[in-house]
Amino acid sequence: MRGTLRIVFLLLGLGVLVVAPLGQGNYVIYLLCSWLIFTIAAMGLNLTLGYAGQISLAQASFMAIGAYTTAIVTLAGWPWVVGMLLGVVECLIVGLLLGFPALRVKGHFLAFVTLAFNVLVFLVSRNEEWLTGGIYGLSGMPRPSVLGFSTMKQLPFYYFTLFVFVVFAALMYGIIRSPWGRAFKALRENPIRAESLGVDTRRLTLLAFAIGSAGGGLAGALVSPLVQYIDPTSFAFGHSLRILLMVVVGGSGYFFGPMLGAAIVILMPEFLRFTEGYYLMIYAVLVIVLMVYCPSGLIGLGAKLRDLVRRKPVERGDLKAGAQL
Amino acid sequence: MPPVLTVRDLSKAFGAIRAVDGVSFDVHPGEILGLIGPNGSGKSTLFNCILGQLAPDTGRVEVNGRDVSGRRACDLNKLGVGRTFQQLSVFPQMTVLDNIIVAGQEHRGTMIGRLFGAPDAGLTAEADRMIEFFRLSHLRDEMAGSLSYGQQKLVDAAMAFMAGPSLVLLDEPAGGVNLTMLANLKDRLVAYNREHATTFVVIEHNMEFVMALCSRIIVLAEGRVIAEGTPEEIRSNQTVIDAYLGG
Repeated sequence: MRGTLRIVFLLLGLGVLVVAPLGQGNYVIYLLCSWLIFTIAAMGLNLTLGYAGQISLAQASFMAIGAYTTAIVTLAGWPWVVGMLLGVVECLIVGLLLGFPALRVKGHFLAFVTLAFNVLVFLVSRNEEWLTGGIYGLSGMPRPSVLGFSTMKQLPFYYFTLFVFVVFAALMYGIIRSPWGRAFKALRENPIRAESLGVDTRRLTLLAFAIGSAGGGLAGALVSPLVQYIDPTSFAFGHSLRILLMVVVGGSGYFFGPMLGAAIVILMPEFLRFTEGYYLMIYAVLVIVLMVYCPSGLIGLGAKLRDLVRRKPVERGDLKAGAQL
Repeated sequence: MPPVLTVRDLSKAFGAIRAVDGVSFDVHPGEILGLIGPNGSGKSTLFNCILGQLAPDTGRVEVNGRDVSGRRACDLNKLGVGRTFQQLSVFPQMTVLDNIIVAGQEHRGTMIGRLFGAPDAGLTAEADRMIEFFRLSHLRDEMAGSLSYGQQKLVDAAMAFMAGPSLVLLDEPAGGVNLTMLANLKDRLVAYNREHATTFVVIEHNMEFVMALCSRIIVLAEGRVIAEGTPEEIRSNQTVIDAYLGG
């Protein structure tokens, strides 16, 4: 029954995503594309942080690697898919290498290591003009053609992004539901215990960084044709914090958390525009209130409300045994 | 039969303090060996050196005749060594069932095979049997973190046995557990030992528990073995009475 309901809700959600851009202007479709793309980046970070418990403040730098690689490859006349694959593989390898410090340092020390990496990627993209165009960035990247159909217009590009998003979400769901997902959670909750149960925590930590970073790379590969102009500021440290905010606000360690979080971070400011100069303040206060009263994010808030509505009586299993004393 | 566990001249110092000082002993198949001693006698350090969580300064550890000195805890587990911890060490935000499955899944196939295999690694039925054996069936789908202390200790023990180890090291399994749970735990450990001939090494301060459970006891004081024998011999050993049991 629960499985059937889940499939029905998934199909409904997919249906909403298919009809959402119909009749909308270019800007709204652009926002929906941004939401899907940042959700991909946030889902990658959710695996590293939410499931495996490894803090990373470098997700924007992996978007940069994916975006610049795709831009350079497509500007050279190669198809988008080649640039995307190259960017994702680069991020897998670089993410794996970034995972090595995580074997030695934890918590805020690891956060600083990843922050430094983000700064390093920013400096490379700003200073290596011959490759990245420096502060002027790269522009004019073509949008991909799929089976002969151009995605140059906003609506086809939205459906193209939606397709990539669905494929990536299915892959992530497969990983999280597999024994790997269980091992990632074990690593997050008690690495010493996990190791004593045969979980190779070193290999798993590296994998968490590699797969999560690849998500960032894929998001970057989609940003490049979406905006058709990238420069170093598009992937500065502040953007890594934004992606982190998406994961935490949505619900870290929940599959649908990043989707909700990205919606809040990208779409909510648009809904608050009527408040003019106050929208950022209102937005900040809402985030503070949410984090104070529900640190497990919007999904956690939903679970709390559900428990309030239908309280489940909990039987203490040890009472019967105690009565026999 | 050759010993399941052989420890030879194992030493570990922290600065000037020799926590474990030239300890040697053998543990035979199917035996339940107790390791007792006052606080600071080196029991947990000895465990951690055997289990690869601390690197010993000198000495050798063999499991089933294979030198495992310096091997990582995950490799030891694959060689058939399970353990429980002094502190609660379940995965609190996972269900009891998932706690038990994760304890067995790393023994199923290759890492890549597990990614493409069944979500439960084909272990649900086996995990259910283990849950039933430890009388936790009514808690199967509860989050492990929501259970009582004693129930979590039982889950911890079930996790240690899930991969079918030949040797299990239990670090203070009775610590903080109420009398009812303690009787249940002892009963389950004895039953498991009888059914599977699994070898246990138990660190414990609860003398009643350890004397009733173990067939042989080693007493440590200041990192050294000061006595070894059956529970009756240990009870009447004057050195042990002076150093640990009291008059």
